[in-house]
Amino acid sequence: MRYHSQRIAYAYFLVAMALFAVQVIFGLIMGWIYVSPNFLSELLPFNIARMLHTNSLVVWLLLGFFGATYYILPEEAEREIHSPMLAYIQLGIFVLGTLGVVVTYLFDLFHGHWLLGKEGREFLEQPKWVKVGIAVAAVIFMYNVSMTALKGRRTAVTNVLLMGLWGLVLLWLFAFYNPANLVLDKQYWWWVIHLWVEGVWELIMAAILAFLMLKLTGVDREVVEKWLYVIVATALFSGILGTGHHYYWIGLPAYWQWIGSIFSSFEIVPFFAMMSFAFVMVWKGRRDHPNKAALVWSLGCTVLAFFGAGVWGFLHTLHGVNYYTHGTQITAAHGHLAFYGAYVCLVLALVTYCMPLMKNRDPYNQVLNMASFWLMSSGMVFMTVTLTFAGTVQTHLQRVEGGFFMDVQDGLALFYWMRFGSGVAVVLGALLFIYAVLFPRREVVTAGPVQAHKDGHLEAAE
Amino acid sequence: MSEIMTKNMARNVFYGGSIFFILIFGALTVHSHIYARTKAVDESQLTPSVAEGKHIWERNACIDCHTILGEGAYFAPELGNVMKRWGVQDDPESAFETLKGWMESMPTGIEGRRQMPRFDLTDEEFRALSDFLLWTGTINTQNWPPNDAG
Repeated sequence: MRYHSQRIAYAYFLVAMALFAVQVIFGLIMGWIYVSPNFLSELLPFNIARMLHTNSLVVWLLLGFFGATYYILPEEAEREIHSPMLAYIQLGIFVLGTLGVVVTYLFDLFHGHWLLGKEGREFLEQPKWVKVGIAVAAVIFMYNVSMTALKGRRTAVTNVLLMGLWGLVLLWLFAFYNPANLVLDKQYWWWVIHLWVEGVWELIMAAILAFLMLKLTGVDREVVEKWLYVIVATALFSGILGTGHHYYWIGLPAYWQWIGSIFSSFEIVPFFAMMSFAFVMVWKGRRDHPNKAALVWSLGCTVLAFFGAGVWGFLHTLHGVNYYTHGTQITAAHGHLAFYGAYVCLVLALVTYCMPLMKNRDPYNQVLNMASFWLMSSGMVFMTVTLTFAGTVQTHLQRVEGGFFMDVQDGLALFYWMRFGSGVAVVLGALLFIYAVLFPRREVVTAGPVQAHKDGHLEAAE
Repeated sequence: MSEIMTKNMARNVFYGGSIFFILIFGALTVHSHIYARTKAVDESQLTPSVAEGKHIWERNACIDCHTILGEGAYFAPELGNVMKRWGVQDDPESAFETLKGWMESMPTGIEGRRQMPRFDLTDEEFRALSDFLLWTGTINTQNWPPNDAG
């Protein structure tokens, strides 16, 4: 850590990790409600748990992106963050808003109030005052990082990262547009949802991965940055018109079926490119970075994003298929692995990379950290597979045969039991990860005998 | 690779191409916006009651169990076509009665059955919610869902 203000990231990551724990625990509660529907049905109805599950995910990922930016930017721009004070004020607004959201949801405070009550469009359930808070915090953030970037060294990494963040902030403004016409509402609702996760977030993802590759592999910056531009180009070329794959059945013109099918089919390209890029960089790179866990998370991120976002996305993106699968457990399967692979693993990769540096110690507990990767990832992959099977059976029974929703759901109990089991693995993995990056002071595996070479480098003695 | 494409070329392709696709998307957005107000629905039927029904739908976070036009939480049935499924799409009075009757019998408390919470709505609010669901049932969804099961 070469710059003092990079430490801002530490506070962001702490809050993010706390919310990560909240998110997966609510996920597990919902998984249990699926197999035992009377559980907490009066105290914590499913919809409340679901809001907390999805909202806390989005907020901790955002905090992860903000923290990542505060860490990456000083190193790339070669100067301190413009105003650490503003960065902490921004975090304070987020923490206050998050606590407000949790209390408002759990106790349904100010029901129906235009400013203080929850709003209730999917993922945008936050009360309006929280939405305004997010917008204000986002503007403070953009001012702070843009000032830093403008005065410092300009690199492709900061350029793409800031473009992604500006896009994120501008698209957020559509969260305030809620027309009475449901078709219009949905048309622009997707500008926040789709154009975030399948648009500007991919810019942020590619930039953070590029930074990690520069650090972990030591590959020439010129090569990394060229590929960064190629990757984000394919992301936006496919992702912008790919929005059409959400416009098939919500009352918009039929031409979106072809535009959406064709362009969203190409949304797999940037994920394939990121995966290939990361592996080639690691093979070609000559640096033997001690933080192997960060490398595992980075590579795991690109592979699982390729499968979750790319392959599982393509699985149901063609309109002829989507006509039958739209809004079934297939969507849930895709959503889980896509978010996990593309964004959860990404933030965890960066946290794994930064934590030892910020704590000024060696990357201890690589084994626990890597174990948490395999535990969490295999849990998530298994969950995706069970939900895919559940969704396939549901699609056939409900959409083809015309069976009623609840009857079909009753027949899927076995899959929901297996999903709960995989959820347990994910929660244990998440808690293990948080423990591994924050708490241990020494490596659990003692180093074996080593031989020192004349040039000073150490090697394991056979 | 460096011979065929430099970093600056890649950057220019990214900028130029993105602007190109944003412009196309912008043009299609304008057309779709007009379509959504004129062809997809009959906005003259979008009464204050329908608009109020949408807010009732929102402030009770219905979408975090149900889906509407396939978007939502997949935990409870699709509601975009619920009035058609109940056979009351053309009969607003029965739609109101059926919806009210259904919601007032919740939660069932039946063991092993997913529970819908109790929402204490007034008659006026049941009417608005029912009008909203009836209006949603008239949206031209390109024939989705494939059948009444939703």
